[in-house]
Amino acid sequence: VTRHLDARTTIHPIPSGTRDVLPDEMRELRDITEAVRGVFELDGYGEVWTPALEYETVLGRGGGAPPAYRVFDDHGEVLALRTDMTVPIARLVATRYPTAEPPLRFCYFAHVYRGVRPHRGQNREFLQAGIELVGSPAPDGTAEALSVLCHALTATGLRGYRIGLGDASLYRTLLRSYGVEDAVGDRLLLALVARDFVALESELARLELDDADAQQLLRVPQIRGGPDVLNDAQGPVAEAVAGLRRVHGLLAPEVADRVIFDLGLARDLGYYTGAVFEVYDPALGAPLGGGGRYDDLLGRFGRPLPAVGFALGIDRLHIALAGEEAQT
Amino acid sequence: VSLGLTIAVPRGALLKDTLDHLDALGLDTSEIRTNDRKLLFGDIGVVTMRPSDVPTYVEAGAADVGITGKDVLTEQPERDVYELLDLGFGRCRMIFATVDGPDPSAEALRRLGVMRVATKYYKTAAAYFEQTGRQAEIVEVKGSVELAPLTGLVEAIVDLTATGTTLRENNLVIREELFVSTARLIANPVSHKLKAAAIDAMLEKLRAP
Repeated sequence: VTRHLDARTTIHPIPSGTRDVLPDEMRELRDITEAVRGVFELDGYGEVWTPALEYETVLGRGGGAPPAYRVFDDHGEVLALRTDMTVPIARLVATRYPTAEPPLRFCYFAHVYRGVRPHRGQNREFLQAGIELVGSPAPDGTAEALSVLCHALTATGLRGYRIGLGDASLYRTLLRSYGVEDAVGDRLLLALVARDFVALESELARLELDDADAQQLLRVPQIRGGPDVLNDAQGPVAEAVAGLRRVHGLLAPEVADRVIFDLGLARDLGYYTGAVFEVYDPALGAPLGGGGRYDDLLGRFGRPLPAVGFALGIDRLHIALAGEEAQT
Repeated sequence: VSLGLTIAVPRGALLKDTLDHLDALGLDTSEIRTNDRKLLFGDIGVVTMRPSDVPTYVEAGAADVGITGKDVLTEQPERDVYELLDLGFGRCRMIFATVDGPDPSAEALRRLGVMRVATKYYKTAAAYFEQTGRQAEIVEVKGSVELAPLTGLVEAIVDLTATGTTLRENNLVIREELFVSTARLIANPVSHKLKAAAIDAMLEKLRAP
């Protein structure tokens, strides 16, 4: 793939969605990761490494994003580059800590690999910083993860960020309570994950529902804002909403003030079971990171424990910090 | 007066109806109507651009919300934006057409196993033929698509049509309709959370008959 521009210049390309980091940028990235690492360590999260390459069958057990890069090893086994750190750490807990007393706290700073369209703040190889809190159920575990998240973001110097908080099971529960079959509900959930409220509205119109019920199914996932918006969400979603209130009630004021409730929040990874959250900053048009509860994931690796975690995109965090700096 | 939002507005066929809707929101759009060279109208929070650039600006957060056609959104499925409302105007159809008479695309499929299709909507056309189980070689053209089947470049076209006049004048007939396109209101995913009140107020006014 070596290309010659002219007699003196030779270009050796690197794969689409990857990039080099040179010293000036690296110093800034280091400042960010060191600030975040300090918070993680202080809060008792021990740093781990896992292999960038894992057996595809092992990763597939976790149900995360499908791998984009695969190779055969010398025995003909299929290896895949990890697409997140949550699934490898679930494997690590089940195999390396089979009998350890929970809760277990881990953090990581690791590159992950996805087959995405490269654009600003989104490469195919990108650095994530995150934690996994294993064996601590809702609401306490969720509140702890949100607190660590906010402390880490504040430690980097980011000022304008907010945390969107929702529940991955909320909309499915709502659909079932109105008697919508799961096969039909899947199409509605797909529209919600695709952020397509026009498709959601037209799918709802095709169902034989009361107007009031259809309105409710369209309105609830658009509810977002401060704690007072939860007053509008009664009935079938009351249990999920009460769960979000319990989490919120456990947060220190400086963390609680950052939270926006978002009843339509749907993360696209398959393993989330309860509370889910995303980080927003006005200086960037895409979330800086996110996470949530995945209470069934550890069980798939043979150590059933409730768990919660989050990952921050370091490149996006860097862009948002630079953006905030430019605004002042 | 602005709505506290940056709005990406499409120039071209959707412009007039879009501006009528913005008037109804209380924005003064008279300068946009009279000045077709100026692109940025900061006092009312409007930026104007080609319809196909609207998702780019909204996804990146350079605009909080935008208005563009469903045809554009279908052609750019990877854009991470909220699709909030079908505004109903700018109605047109994405169609599959060939010259009149015996269907040359069917004949090409039967004898050669693949048909050639000219379009400006590469991804839309490729996805449609994949879903309907037909092998197609998509030929991307930038200008008048109707010319391609008349010269033997392709057997068929996929294109957007409002009235069908241009198709008829070029002896082309619609064989299939892919979907109906109308103007949509889209929003940046972060603005949708951080400027929820402004966006919901805009939605409510646009929904009102």
